[in-house]
Parts: sequence; structure tokens; C-alpha cells
Amino acid sequence: MTSPTLTNTVLYLDGVSVTFDGFRAINKLSLAIAPGEMRAIIGPNGAGKTTMMDIITGKTRPDEGEVFFGGMIDLTMLDEAEIAALGIGRKFQKPTVFESHTVADNIRLALAGARSPFSALFGARNRIAEERIDAILSTVRLTEHRTRLAADLSHGQKQWLEIGMLLAQDPKLLLVDEPVAGMTDAETAETAHLLKEIAHEHSVVVVEHDMAFVRDLGCKVTVLHEGSVLAEGSIDAVSANERVIEVYLGR
Amino acid sequence: MTRRPILLAMLDGKGAIFLGVLAALAVLVPLSNLFLPETSPLHVPTYAVSLLGKYLSYALLALALDLVWGYCGILSLGHGAFFALGGYAMGMYLMRQIGPRGVYGHPVLPDFMVFLNWQELPWYWSGFDIFPFAALMVLAVPGLLALVFGWLAFRSRVTGVYLSIITQAMTFALMLAFFRNDMGLGGNNGLTDFKDILGFSVQAQGTRLALFVATVIALALGYGVARYMVTSTYGKVLIAIRDAESRTRFLGYRVEHYKLVAFTVSAMMAGVAGALYVPQVGIINPSEFSPANSIEAVVWVAVGGRGTLVGAALGAVVVNMAKSWLTGALPELWLFALGALFIVVTLYLPKGIVGTLAERREKRKATATAKTAGIAAEAAE
Repeated sequence: MTSPTLTNTVLYLDGVSVTFDGFRAINKLSLAIAPGEMRAIIGPNGAGKTTMMDIITGKTRPDEGEVFFGGMIDLTMLDEAEIAALGIGRKFQKPTVFESHTVADNIRLALAGARSPFSALFGARNRIAEERIDAILSTVRLTEHRTRLAADLSHGQKQWLEIGMLLAQDPKLLLVDEPVAGMTDAETAETAHLLKEIAHEHSVVVVEHDMAFVRDLGCKVTVLHEGSVLAEGSIDAVSANERVIEVYLGR
Repeated sequence: MTRRPILLAMLDGKGAIFLGVLAALAVLVPLSNLFLPETSPLHVPTYAVSLLGKYLSYALLALALDLVWGYCGILSLGHGAFFALGGYAMGMYLMRQIGPRGVYGHPVLPDFMVFLNWQELPWYWSGFDIFPFAALMVLAVPGLLALVFGWLAFRSRVTGVYLSIITQAMTFALMLAFFRNDMGLGGNNGLTDFKDILGFSVQAQGTRLALFVATVIALALGYGVARYMVTSTYGKVLIAIRDAESRTRFLGYRVEHYKLVAFTVSAMMAGVAGALYVPQVGIINPSEFSPANSIEAVVWVAVGGRGTLVGAALGAVVVNMAKSWLTGALPELWLFALGALFIVVTLYLPKGIVGTLAERREKRKATATAKTAGIAAEAAE
């Protein structure tokens, strides 16, 4: 496999480091995601998985290193809203939805479109939106919950709703942080299926602990350890890697 | 999904009742005051008209506070500052209307400036003799302060209790500033001894009725503006920010802009409330900036029902009626009663009066639907 160059990647990190109070959370991390690729990122607690997402989405600024989106846009110069507008969607570790809104309204607020307070105050609602909402709700298996409040959904359903909100944003790249934490086995399998469906049209980066789930995804795996890449390859290759077994799988 | 006309969509049951009550007040109170004999039990004496007007200006302040606290989670403990600034703008206009009728008889300078041996009017008093200018300042001064303060606070992502504390500090700082005689705004005595408003005596019965009706109209308009905002997509984003701020940000919304619009509109509403309050009570002084006032306003909203608009207005009127009665009957008990009220509401009525009633009705409706469904199912069998 040829090494990825800047121009044909959707996401490109090179030599990224960030330190919190002397603790090096990310240490010279380099990573490249190709357009349309699905990638799983695994690693023990504290390996820097969530910090990496914070850097990509503009929540944390790296001390050094480069982060490029689509080969040319420097993400380290932008804030969360600007990065979201470029087409990077993020799902949090803990399902985060708007609890006092209905399921449909959650999706509606996420739909790609104008974001300024004035367009929200005076703009008319558009009808095409309703069809998009229906389509997304059916993708994330929530059609019959359309009018329920998000607060009344089960944990797994909230995870799906949040994934639906990401789809509504229509991002080029989806960052998904531990999507199956706290899900039943049936829900986990369903989520793997759902993510694979989504990966047909989007680049997806999944951070996950659950090895069975990562195996279900059937994609390339990157193992993080102490803020940098320890191994990369198919799930079988990394599971056989001795250093990986030592720091992570063996425990 | 068909879209209802905007005005209809805005008006739910509570809103219709609320506006109906306001309309009735605007008509019946002046009629009763003017035409019923004083012996009639339904007669509303003039002092009571102004007292009611004062409650309703507090209701507008509560409404303004509910817009930011109830819908956007911004717990401002300094909204009294915007109210007081609007009040001072109106007070300055009223002072300029006194003209040479002050105790010292100076043709231009208010009494307190003569007393301090000032020779001329400070620059910031110019224009306040013109009502439209003063009215503009009632909106502009609180609005501008909220804009600058909010811009700095929201851009730096100050939220939660930290934001509450700095709003409190803001009103406290303003109180200290307004206490100083050098401010040229009357020091600790404030502005008082008003004579005319728009050429009519502020003491006259007709003026008092007109001020009352103006307050009712302002409250109705304030409700309309707030209700329009919270039912629009903008309002949905506000609630989204309240529930999950970072999620909203990662969806691409500029959270600070949304908060800034709500905070500024709310401050202007509070300014209007203050401007209507001052001619009806006849005085504005720095104690209106006191942090306790702003906290009291938070209690009104909590009692009435946060995030309901109507509840905030209702809470302001109910709590202030209780206050008027209790400070008359047992003055030393009021602060304890206020504290107890806050605790009781937080523990037993977390959604306030209106919120709890609405919830109860929803529940009843749900059981009724379930019952009908049950009966239908039985019939089908």
C-alpha cells in the first residue's frame, strides 16, 4: 500500500502533540483517512482517543503538528462551528441529544442549512426538510418515535438519534465516539450494520472499546497507545501484534 | 405537515388566557376607577391602579428574565440592572420636565445639581428633555450594556454559576457607581419629585390610568415578542443550547450569537419595564441595582414556572402581592418568607405554578387517551 499523501486524504494528522498540565495526551500522532474510508480506532483508557477527536473538531488546540481536512484546510485555525460547517460531524461518547425536543426536531435542528440567529428567527421552514427527516429517521430505525421527546428514548435509541443528527448534517467525515457503550448485543449488532451502511457515502472514524463490535465493522484498525499510533492494519493483524497484546488486549 | 398561520401558532391556550386577562385589565380597571362610586366593593382606587401597574412592570421584567433563563439556561442574577437603567433613562426625562419648578427654582439644573454647586448640565443629560430620545435610550442603554457584557462573557464561554456571579457583580458595581454623587444622577437619593410626563401631571388620575394601560400594553407586546422568539426555529435552538450546549456547537451553530440576541432583547425588555415602573412609583434610586432585587426577580420566575413566559408574569404579580400584604402586616417576616418560598418551590414545585398545572393536564390527557384506547380495544375484542 502506498503511503497516503496530503492531497488524497479527507483527514490528515501529522506530528500532532498536545500537553495538559505536563501530561502528554497526544504525542506526535500521525494519521490519514482516505475519502470514503471507515476506520476503527482502539486503545486503552487514556490513550488519547477522545483528545484526538477534540483536536479534529476544534475543541482543543494542538501544541504542535498539522491537521488538514480535505487536503487543504488547516483545522487548527478554526473553531467548532466553523469545522462543523465544513462537514465534520461528531458523536459524543455519552449520547447527547436535545432532551426537551421531539425526535423529529432533533433531526431538524441538525439538517444542513443556514445557521445564523436571524435566519432562524425570520426564515420560513422548508418542506423538503420533512422528507429528509423521514428518510433519516428510517435509516436510524426511529420512524415510529418521530413525535416522542428525545428524553423518553432508551439509551440505544438516543445513540441512534445522535447518529441520525450527524447524518442530517450531511458531513464528509463522521467521528463516532464509542457508539455501542451501554448497548445490548442486539443493538450493538444493529449499530455495526448501521455504520457500515453510512460508510457507503461518508468517511467514518469510530473510536471503540468493544472488540467484537470492531470485528463486525470489518475495517482497518488503528491502535493508539500513550498518544501515538502503536499499530495499524486489519483486526486480525493488530490482534496478533505482540506489543498490542502487551498494552491492551492482554489485560 | 401543514403550517399554521404564525399568529395562531404562537397562541396556545395559556397565551390566549393571558392576553385575555390583560385586555380585561386594560378595560375594566380604568372603568371601575372612573365610574364606580368609591363605596362600591368593585371600585379600584387610584393608588391601587398604580400599585397594579407596578406589579405589571415587574411582570415584564420577569418575562424578560424567563426568556434567557427559562429558554437558554442563562441564569442572570443582574437583570435588575437593565431594569434600573431603563428606569434612570425615564427618570432623567422626568427630571428635565420639572424645569424651573424645582425647590431651588433653577431654570435648567435639577435640584441635586444646584445643591452640589454644579454650573451646567453634564453632557450625558443632553437630549433627555425630548421624550422620543429618552424613549430610545430606555431601549439603547440596557441593550448596549447587554450587548457588550454578553459579547465578552459568551465569547469567552462563561456559563453556569460563573456567569450568574459576574452578572451579580455587574449590577453591584453599577449600584456603587450610581451611589456616587459625581455620577451626576442624584447619588443615593436618586431621581424623584417628578412633575409632568408628556405635559400631563404624573399625579393626575388620568395620567395614572394611562400609565397603567401603557404597562398592560407593553406587557402584552413583550409577551408577543418573547413568544414569537421561543416558538420560532431560533427558540428551538435556544432550548437546544440549554439542553446540550456543546452538541449545538458541534452541529455548527454559533452558540454565542444565539445567546447574545436573547440576552440583548431581554435586557431591552427589562429596560422598558423599568421605564414604566419609575413614573408609577415616583422615584428611581441606586437601590434598584441592589443584587437582592435581581435575585427576587429570579424567585418570581421560579414560583410562576420557568420556561413558560406566562408563569413568569404570574409569579411576579403573585409574589409581589404577597410582599405588599406581608410587609404591611409583618414587615420583619418578609425576607424569611421569600427564602422559604424559594425553598418550597424548588423542592415541591420545581416547575412552578404554571409548569405544574400544565404537567398535570398533560397527564390527565394521557390517561384519558389510554382509557379511550383501552375501551376501543375491548370493544374490538
